[in-house]
Amino acid sequence: MNIFFYIAATVAITTTILAISRRNAIHALLNLILSLLSISVVLYLLDAQFIAALEVIIYAGAIMVLFIFVTMILNIGLENKQEKKWYNPRMWFVAAFFAGILFLDLILAVKNAQIQPVAAQVIHSKQVGISMFTTYLLAVEIAAVLLMAGIIGAFHLGSQEKKVMHRFLEKK
Amino acid sequence: MNHILIIVGVLVLALTIAAGLIWVERRLLSLWQDRLGPNRVGPLGLGQVLADMIKLFFKEDWIPPFADKPVFVLAPGILVLTILLTFAIIPFGPHFYVFNSNIGILFFLGNSSLGVYSIVLGGWASNNKYSMIGAMRASAQMLTYEVFMGLSLMGVVMMADSFNLNTIVEAQKGGWFIIPQFIGFVVFFIAGVAETHRLPFDIPEAEGELVAGYHSEYSGMKFGMFFVGEYLGITLISALIATLFFGGWLGPSFLPPFVWLMIKTFFFIGIFILLRASLPRPRYDQLMTFGWKVLLPLALLNLLITGAILIFLK
Repeated sequence: MNIFFYIAATVAITTTILAISRRNAIHALLNLILSLLSISVVLYLLDAQFIAALEVIIYAGAIMVLFIFVTMILNIGLENKQEKKWYNPRMWFVAAFFAGILFLDLILAVKNAQIQPVAAQVIHSKQVGISMFTTYLLAVEIAAVLLMAGIIGAFHLGSQEKKVMHRFLEKK
Repeated sequence: MNHILIIVGVLVLALTIAAGLIWVERRLLSLWQDRLGPNRVGPLGLGQVLADMIKLFFKEDWIPPFADKPVFVLAPGILVLTILLTFAIIPFGPHFYVFNSNIGILFFLGNSSLGVYSIVLGGWASNNKYSMIGAMRASAQMLTYEVFMGLSLMGVVMMADSFNLNTIVEAQKGGWFIIPQFIGFVVFFIAGVAETHRLPFDIPEAEGELVAGYHSEYSGMKFGMFFVGEYLGITLISALIATLFFGGWLGPSFLPPFVWLMIKTFFFIGIFILLRASLPRPRYDQLMTFGWKVLLPLALLNLLITGAILIFLK
């Protein structure tokens, strides 16, 4: 079981780095999808099967398709000059410094923590459903309200004024 | 050892059916259109399948110079891979399955949502206006129909109390789910046709407007992959309809369970082909309106009523 975890984790880290460093937007997104899929494998190995499936369906399957859709519409798939300028060592320096601090912090935290094995029990979809509608009911409702606001906003942006006149007699 | 045999068997079976469907479709279409169809190569024209395969294998596999090469090569593979993976969850008999998963239906939904990439990336990587329009249409259409494809199955999940396809088949011993879940069946069937982008919903590749849509630039075996992928998709959706709504391998005992599933599957494959023979293609906006304004409310209503009745009966 462990070997599968290490394979999935390596793939996740490699593809995430590739996702950041590709200049072609579609290639970057493809790497991000691979990274999400490998995270889903990790979740499956932790016996969280339901969340693993949702990770694939929602993140890799729906949200990333929308990303690619927008990238295709805006036609920003090809590399542009502005981004080429950003990819020099100076730009990376500050970010790399702070990321390094975080990495050290993580290593120390892992080293000092009392590591407990993950509870070895399969979490069924039923348990997820029950806790969503009892313990986390408020969070679910708030998320629903947020999504509703998004839908109304999208509808408002997308709605067009109704044309009553003949198209040749249109004013403006 | 036995398990490996089953895996190889399912793989060979799925690919054989998909290849054979080329001949089945052409013969059935010509039957309904009062023609003969391919009847020259071999007995009943069955050799036509072989001839077509040889032709596809030996055609020049051309990659256009303006295409995005790695993505262009990757795209057809994704389609076949995701569909073949989904065959793993279908129970062909009481103890005849590849993967007895607790998240069976979710596995299918995840794979079908990953299958969208094949078409979108194929169209994008071709770097061709027609392919691009086809890819745009495909992504919008498949995203839309995926939503209630999942919702329509939830009624079945609630009644069987499980995502596991083996449990769902067992739960149908008292009666097939087609009777209590008729609306779910209709929505799932229409969404399945749209998801495999078969006629009448083949708007992404509408050859009257878009040359061949997302696979305009493909040739040789890469085109063959898209071609076989379409037939694999039909087989998969038919097998799933048979499993989820028509009792799967359940049936009177004078025939083995596997044969019952095959009979039901081939019945729905026949309906898929009949749809192609009889229905015209809708306009693109009609397709989207029909999806969001008719099928989505229907699926939600079905979900609500099924839940209410189940709670009432408890």
